[in-house]
Amino acid sequence: MMEKMIIGRYVPADSILHRMDPRSKLIIVFLFVCVIFLANNIWTYGILVLYTFLMASFSKIQARFLIGGLKPVLWLVLFTFFLHLFLTKEGAIILDLGWFKVYEEGLRQGIFISLRFFLLILITSLLTLTTTPIEITDGLERLLGPLKKVKFPVHELALMMSIALRFIPTLMQETDKIIKAQTARGVEYTSGPIKDRLKAVVPLLIPLFISSFKRAEELAVAMEARGYKGGEGRTKYRQLSWAVADTLMIVGLLFVTILLLVFRG
Amino acid sequence: MDISLKNVEYRYSADTPFERLAIKDVSIDIPSGSYLAIIGHTGSGKSTVLQHLNALLKPTKGAVVIGSREIKAGRKEKNLKGIREKVGIVFQFPEHQLFEETVEKDICFGPMNFGVSETEAKRRARDAIKQVGLSESILEKSPFDLSGGQMRRVAIAGVLAMEPECIVLDEPTAGLDPRGRKEIMDLFYTLHKERGLATVLVTHSMEDAARYADEIVIMHKGTVLKKGKPLEIFSNPEELLAHGLDVPEVLRFQMKVEKAFNTKFSKTCLTEDELTDVMADFLTGRVPR
Repeated sequence: MMEKMIIGRYVPADSILHRMDPRSKLIIVFLFVCVIFLANNIWTYGILVLYTFLMASFSKIQARFLIGGLKPVLWLVLFTFFLHLFLTKEGAIILDLGWFKVYEEGLRQGIFISLRFFLLILITSLLTLTTTPIEITDGLERLLGPLKKVKFPVHELALMMSIALRFIPTLMQETDKIIKAQTARGVEYTSGPIKDRLKAVVPLLIPLFISSFKRAEELAVAMEARGYKGGEGRTKYRQLSWAVADTLMIVGLLFVTILLLVFRG
Repeated sequence: MDISLKNVEYRYSADTPFERLAIKDVSIDIPSGSYLAIIGHTGSGKSTVLQHLNALLKPTKGAVVIGSREIKAGRKEKNLKGIREKVGIVFQFPEHQLFEETVEKDICFGPMNFGVSETEAKRRARDAIKQVGLSESILEKSPFDLSGGQMRRVAIAGVLAMEPECIVLDEPTAGLDPRGRKEIMDLFYTLHKERGLATVLVTHSMEDAARYADEIVIMHKGTVLKKGKPLEIFSNPEELLAHGLDVPEVLRFQMKVEKAFNTKFSKTCLTEDELTDVMADFLTGRVPR
């Protein structure tokens, strides 16, 4: 059941996105997150959708897999949609069922906000799908480098992030394993009343917590045993290289930004 | 209760870039009351086969028959609890599944999930804890205060307390010291002999397979390479070695002796005693005193 999740997962392939410098990808995602708030009408959202789908096609990742993997978060998107649909009370009434009314503005907001949400998830997933965790951390450490001057613990932050990303798949496997072990002992995770299924979470979470703490301790000891002492004077084995394609990609997004500024209402 | 796999194929993560064929065209029969060992390298598909035995995985092709139930590829299956009550699985490192406050509660967890009353579950817990060679006083302790070996035994007791008709063991002795290993293996063998508990042992220890099993299945790259009685399997050790598989130590020693004396013994020996007899006959016959 966990095998279809794509959040935090890396899919090896040879595509433009895979070859890009992690720094440029991080900059693009960051810019995109800001720029997405410029969209406020059908044209500007159209441009963003087009841009996102273009990027997705650059990644050479099967569309079926991408959509399938996003299914769990689609529920969240739907939830956002209905929240806006029910709670916004502006504009003309387009549906009147007596006890509740749907307003034009509510529908508009619902569609736009959930679309915005969906695009954000898609773009950030594309980042993690095409960039290894190690690359992301390296890129982030370099981008945040200047902050070291004000004593901001950039290296530690990057390390924490890479450890967290690194252990997502491990945790998933572990979850799968314990679910199986408890299922064999008669717990039902996929059927039965909600009350029982909620109860079934305890025999899953406790072993997970215990093994995570154990693993954290082992990792700390292993790092210490190998002489880890923070980022001070540490050199890099992997060198990042900024290519023309990276600049072009950023220019591309800047162009999209200009389009958004022109077409926004 | 008989279990049989019929031309089973299983793909992990079907329809994703991570799709991987784990086993194909696997057919195995496990008659009730038998002791079967499944051997193979890491990645040979033994653990995947194991998970089919109580419908934790459903075949992507073929069918699995468990007692009166048939699990077929491509069909939605409901109500698998009945199967899981009859087929207990001891996973690799089963101590990872402990979670209750006390050992007793943890052992009772399985039986009570299958609708056994609390008093009955407690009785079974006392039985099971004795079977795995621990004292009853441990029942009141927290499972997390125990040593690794004790935790393993408690986890095993948790499966035994379900009183299954068939027990599946996935390398139950991994990470134990030689003595603990022998104790655990002997425990399962006793249960098998005394209660007629059908046992499936997944292992890469040729010694254990040769010593305990009635029937051995050798898996290689997701398919069944060979199956038969231990003697049949090991009568042709060269073939096993050619596939990078090991043979029991006794047999390896026999092969060395045969080579050194440039001879061939009349039978394949799987235990030290057998080999001692054969060698004594050979040596006395050859060097009369």
